[in-house]
Amino acid sequence: MTKKKHKEEVLFNFNGGWDYSPSPESTGHVKLKERYDLYIDGKFVAPNSGKYFPTTNPATEKVLAQVAHADESDVDKAVKAARKAYENVWSKLSAKERGKYIYRIARLMQEKARELAVVETLDAGKTIRESRDVDVPLACNHFFYYAGWADKLAYAFPNRTVSSLGVAGQIIPWNFPLLMAAWKIAPALAAGNTVVLKPAETTPLTAMLLAEIIHESGLPAGVVNILTGYGDTGAAIVNHPDINKIAFTGSTQVGKIIQKAVAGTGKKLTLELGGKSANILFEDAPIDQAVEGIVNGIFFNQGHVCCAGSRLFVQESVAEEVIQKLKDRLDTLYVGDPLDKNTDIGAINSREQLDTIRKYIKIGKDEGASMYESSCEIPKTGYFVRPTLFTDVAQSSRIAQEEIFGPVLTIQTFRTIDEVIQKANNSPYGLAAGVWTDKGSRIFNMTSKLRAGVIWANTYNKFDPTSPFGGYKESGFGREGGLQGLGAYLRMENGELQN
Amino acid sequence: MRLEILKTYKIFIGGAFPRTESGRYYTPLDKKGQPLANMCLSSRKDFRNAVVAARKAFGSWSEKTAFNRGQILYRIAEMLEGRKAQFVEELVKQGSTDAKAKQEVELAIDRCVYYAGWCDKYQQVFSSVNPVASSHFNFSALEPMGVVGIIAPQANGLIGLVSTILPVIAGGNACVVLASENLPLCAITFAEVLATSDLTGGVVNILTGTEKELVEQFHSHMDVNAVVYAGGNREYGLAIESGADCNVKRVFIYENDFTKETDENPYYITDLQELKTTWHPIENVGGATSSY
Repeated sequence: MTKKKHKEEVLFNFNGGWDYSPSPESTGHVKLKERYDLYIDGKFVAPNSGKYFPTTNPATEKVLAQVAHADESDVDKAVKAARKAYENVWSKLSAKERGKYIYRIARLMQEKARELAVVETLDAGKTIRESRDVDVPLACNHFFYYAGWADKLAYAFPNRTVSSLGVAGQIIPWNFPLLMAAWKIAPALAAGNTVVLKPAETTPLTAMLLAEIIHESGLPAGVVNILTGYGDTGAAIVNHPDINKIAFTGSTQVGKIIQKAVAGTGKKLTLELGGKSANILFEDAPIDQAVEGIVNGIFFNQGHVCCAGSRLFVQESVAEEVIQKLKDRLDTLYVGDPLDKNTDIGAINSREQLDTIRKYIKIGKDEGASMYESSCEIPKTGYFVRPTLFTDVAQSSRIAQEEIFGPVLTIQTFRTIDEVIQKANNSPYGLAAGVWTDKGSRIFNMTSKLRAGVIWANTYNKFDPTSPFGGYKESGFGREGGLQGLGAYLRMENGELQN
Repeated sequence: MRLEILKTYKIFIGGAFPRTESGRYYTPLDKKGQPLANMCLSSRKDFRNAVVAARKAFGSWSEKTAFNRGQILYRIAEMLEGRKAQFVEELVKQGSTDAKAKQEVELAIDRCVYYAGWCDKYQQVFSSVNPVASSHFNFSALEPMGVVGIIAPQANGLIGLVSTILPVIAGGNACVVLASENLPLCAITFAEVLATSDLTGGVVNILTGTEKELVEQFHSHMDVNAVVYAGGNREYGLAIESGADCNVKRVFIYENDFTKETDENPYYITDLQELKTTWHPIENVGGATSSY
């Protein structure tokens, strides 16, 4: 018997750099119009001013389409349509039928999911992987979830008699354009309100596709009106006297202006604002999983996430190891064409936001923090930033206090549990927080002491239509999602019991 | 003839009864125009001190067990019952009739018992386990907002005060309260009840003085999380609503007088609660199902 010599030949080199071949999602299926009008009273109409503005693909800086700029008179027209639809049709429809319309919208969205995902990626710069697997399915599911509530409202709030509010004015941001439209429209309709919605100026396209879907669903004219425009359009909605409810998602700065504007008007208000969420890693955490969670926490959607885990707190004993692993992981992230299925980090949403992120990176350096950025190549055109982290960050540092809304992570260390609770809570914001530890009792200690509306333990950036979302402190008030999200769209009166 | 000992009405901060730091006073009158007492005319500084005391008390009060908070609220009812005659006398002195005063005091006592009972129940009624479509356990529970500023109703010096304070502290908040300007006597006597009810010092702080002077403090103080306005003045209500943006305060304007049975319900508790949602992954290995 001859012994076969063991082969020492190396078949695969796991140490070298591996490259993926480009794998772009086809856009051939998508036919964008040259121009998008306003959706008012069941019709697509030109803005009164005749003004349009371009919306661009942030990954290529090319114009995708022209979009109508609604002014005060268009807003007034939309509110009148919404009021008329509320009085004459929507509030008279049985709750069951109302629910069925919402189900129908959800199904149509599912049928067009691929188109919606591609357009979302083109317009917002987010990776196709995320728009396909997160944004669009969650948006559909949101409609599904709230559709079923329409005829079950009486069970939601014990001993309250609930009724709809009337016309809801809704203003949404550019980071999750379609998903935020779903978060706003679905509960408003389920509760029996009609809607005037304004998408952000840099990401209006999926909202207009949603308008087409709503139109196709046969929803009565005027129940949902969608107006594109800038801040002045949003202001006209906030200040319109015949609106009963304002729902806003966006910056804390604008949220405060809206809170002041709405004061004394009797309009019901919910605000989902900014954040500077702490992600806390204890020495007993499963480090590799935690590193993945931290990366997902801050680099998901280019860091354009109000609940992004932008402040990392690492227990001192494992800081060196964790920071090294984070740096290694940063280097493996693919930054580039958002349409490529391999891309981890897509384009920054706009030139303006790119400038903001660069400004903060400079501030971080000027403040004396140590910067590390991925060594990856970034495309020559389009708005891109390398994933970046800062160590040696002081608690008082602006990059640790202010919301950057980009792929920039600050890292601080801690020794004791009391210290990290204090540091984590030392922020005007209170939207979310993350905790990584293997110890169950510590998880509950931490999750109950952190002053934030959403706490992820051993996970991060998870969302679901059944799960209420919203902040403490200057991150806003009111919740979206779940049974509790209905409350924002209902008037509640004493029920049958005496008290 | 024995000379009556008159009571000095002070304010209530951090479980102690200091005079206003400003040394000022005002003299509300009864229906016949006779002075009721020299009340502390609380200043901005008193307000700030009260907020510091409330913030300090908030942590330990909110972390007491719900059962324990219920026990303490019930203890407040016991103490109030024991001092019933004193409250009736004060209400009459401030213009109420014997019958009405008795009714108001009894309603206040019963309302304490009502909210004592809610302490360990509202959480179950309003929390939820959320059936998310992924392998996570997800639940939402209520947590107190923090430091709440309360401007109590001007009418009904006892029941208005008690009805606005109780749901706030039943839910684990700490508060700074401005008593009715013209009917302030019961507020300070109620503070004496609180001081002997095992309530953590600083959970309730009560000031006397004028809305005109202090209303701005309520909405502009950066360490106040929410404001309950029940004073009935639209102008002040609007000032609070439009000033609350400085730190995104939650504002609740109550226009009822709290004399009816329907003026007590758990939604007065949940108004001053935040909702916290917690996620944790569920391990997903092996093929065994729960259908053994």
